[in-house]
Amino acid sequence: MSSAQIEIQLIGLVVAAACALPGVFLVLRGMAMMSDAISHTVLLGIVLGFMALGNLESPWLIIAAAGMGLITVSLTELLNRTKLVKQDAAIGLVFPALFSLAVILISRFARGVHLDTDAVLLGELAFAPFNRVDLLGLSVPHSLALMAVVLLINIAFIALFYKELKLATFDAGLAMALGFSPALIHYGLMALVSVTAVGAFDAVGSILVVAFMVVPGAGAYLLTDKLERMLLYAVLIGAAGTIGGYWAARWLDANIAGSMATMIGLLFVLCLLLAPQRGLVAIAARRRRQRWQFAQTMLTIHLLHHEGTPEARVENRLDHLHDHLRWEAQFAQQVVQRAREGGLIRLANDHLELTAQGRQIAEQNLRA
Amino acid sequence: MEEQLAVQISDLTVAYQEKAVLWDVDLDVPQGILMAIVGPNGAGKTTLLKATLGLLPTAAGQVAIFGKPYVEQRRLVGYVPQRGSVDWDFPTSVLDVVMMGNYGKLGWVRRPGPTERKAAEAALEKVGMSDYAQRQISQLSGGQQQRTFLARALVQDAQIYFMDEPFQGVDATTERAIVELLKELRAAGKTVLAVHHDLQTVPEYFDWVTLLNVRRIASGPVAEVFTEDNLRATYGGRVSFLSAARKEAA
Repeated sequence: MSSAQIEIQLIGLVVAAACALPGVFLVLRGMAMMSDAISHTVLLGIVLGFMALGNLESPWLIIAAAGMGLITVSLTELLNRTKLVKQDAAIGLVFPALFSLAVILISRFARGVHLDTDAVLLGELAFAPFNRVDLLGLSVPHSLALMAVVLLINIAFIALFYKELKLATFDAGLAMALGFSPALIHYGLMALVSVTAVGAFDAVGSILVVAFMVVPGAGAYLLTDKLERMLLYAVLIGAAGTIGGYWAARWLDANIAGSMATMIGLLFVLCLLLAPQRGLVAIAARRRRQRWQFAQTMLTIHLLHHEGTPEARVENRLDHLHDHLRWEAQFAQQVVQRAREGGLIRLANDHLELTAQGRQIAEQNLRA
Repeated sequence: MEEQLAVQISDLTVAYQEKAVLWDVDLDVPQGILMAIVGPNGAGKTTLLKATLGLLPTAAGQVAIFGKPYVEQRRLVGYVPQRGSVDWDFPTSVLDVVMMGNYGKLGWVRRPGPTERKAAEAALEKVGMSDYAQRQISQLSGGQQQRTFLARALVQDAQIYFMDEPFQGVDATTERAIVELLKELRAAGKTVLAVHHDLQTVPEYFDWVTLLNVRRIASGPVAEVFTEDNLRATYGGRVSFLSAARKEAA
């Protein structure tokens, strides 16, 4: 691998980790789409900052962009609080307004600068190694330095305020009663999302930031019941998607950031299908198991019901289950097979009898 | 000098956009009692609790906890919100939720340690949930969720407990466990204010009652205040059912 290849993957890894961490809390707070809004409106902050300062390198641009992220959040909440507009619609109203303003300003006043629309929307990781800065005597890509700082800020914030974030996300009422302002925590998190979005969009573009933020968290949510692990898994999903996406892009000769986002999406689909408890496959298997179990219980109850009665000889014959329980012959056979293997029933001259265990199960279920 | 009141609410008015939910409520709660707050739907029972705890903005009035504003007395107050107010699919364990009761004492940034863990385990033991400490909270029944919340409030080690419908949708075992717990709290000199729905059990579970319907209808010892007249004033027309409940309770 050339050093540029390594650098591009490093940038991708840092972006993925920096995005996945706040993303977990967005997913848990039901605010996933807010990250999409913020990642677009920070552009307005950058444009306004650029117009005021005249250069694109100033760290003040990040502050301006983060401020615009917070303005987006408060405007959305203001609209929502009028009770005339629902939360999702409020996001849909605020973010295109601010974003289109940014697009107009760019096309009118900032033509020809690095702020071209393609780069903003999609980012261009392939060029990231060309834009370098000196850091501690080392020449590193600008994106890498920037996102490393953002990642450190995110790690520090979440480590410091882990318990506050958890409490305010799970039970905002108690957080407030205990004196932890949920509003402060909320805006702290939104500031984090804004700063992350600014840093990340330089590398991967504003459209794909949401994929790096939300998708790993949504996938990790399916894999675990513990918040700490959810954070870890989200980072791992983001990282795996980044590396996999990079090589897929090389192979397909396609846009790197898009390929990374696609790979993260594929990993999410894997989680959705294969997650041990909550995955679709696990759910289907559970349903199937329950269906067989229910059928066996039904059989024991049917046998118990007719036990010792004159018609038992007819009712409890294997070939009559199909008429009496309206079971397909093949299904009936399988249920009987399973129930016999499970020791619930036995076959005595062509008709079925309950074992002690089978009787117990039937009685238990009738009582419940 | 008479003993200081646990909670003193005066002239409390709460409004949502100029529509009053509570009108000028006065309420004196002495120490060491179990008080039920009852009233029809929309009477403002939950609002009264939340406004007292500073969770809602108030239009007028004052709240004193042992003579001082709530913000100065947070450590003395334990809060059990309605069970349905949180997302039980949140990725966390029972023990972890109970640990949250420690957060107020810890303050910002400081992390819970072994002391807090022990307190949480002791509280779980008290509500009979020790076996469920590591259970993921989405796997709990309604009664177990309620006990988890109660354990969390116990960890707060408060003087006054505000409980929003602690008996709502719980099984008989849990209901008995909660009643026992309330009695223990009273025996330890604590004060409990609980929003309650089942009028029949008011005389059995509580010793004081507040009847609320936007304004305070009556408040005092159950024997004096829980009368048919007051109930009629609180609930309006549906008196026949009420008098039946009253007779059964008597």
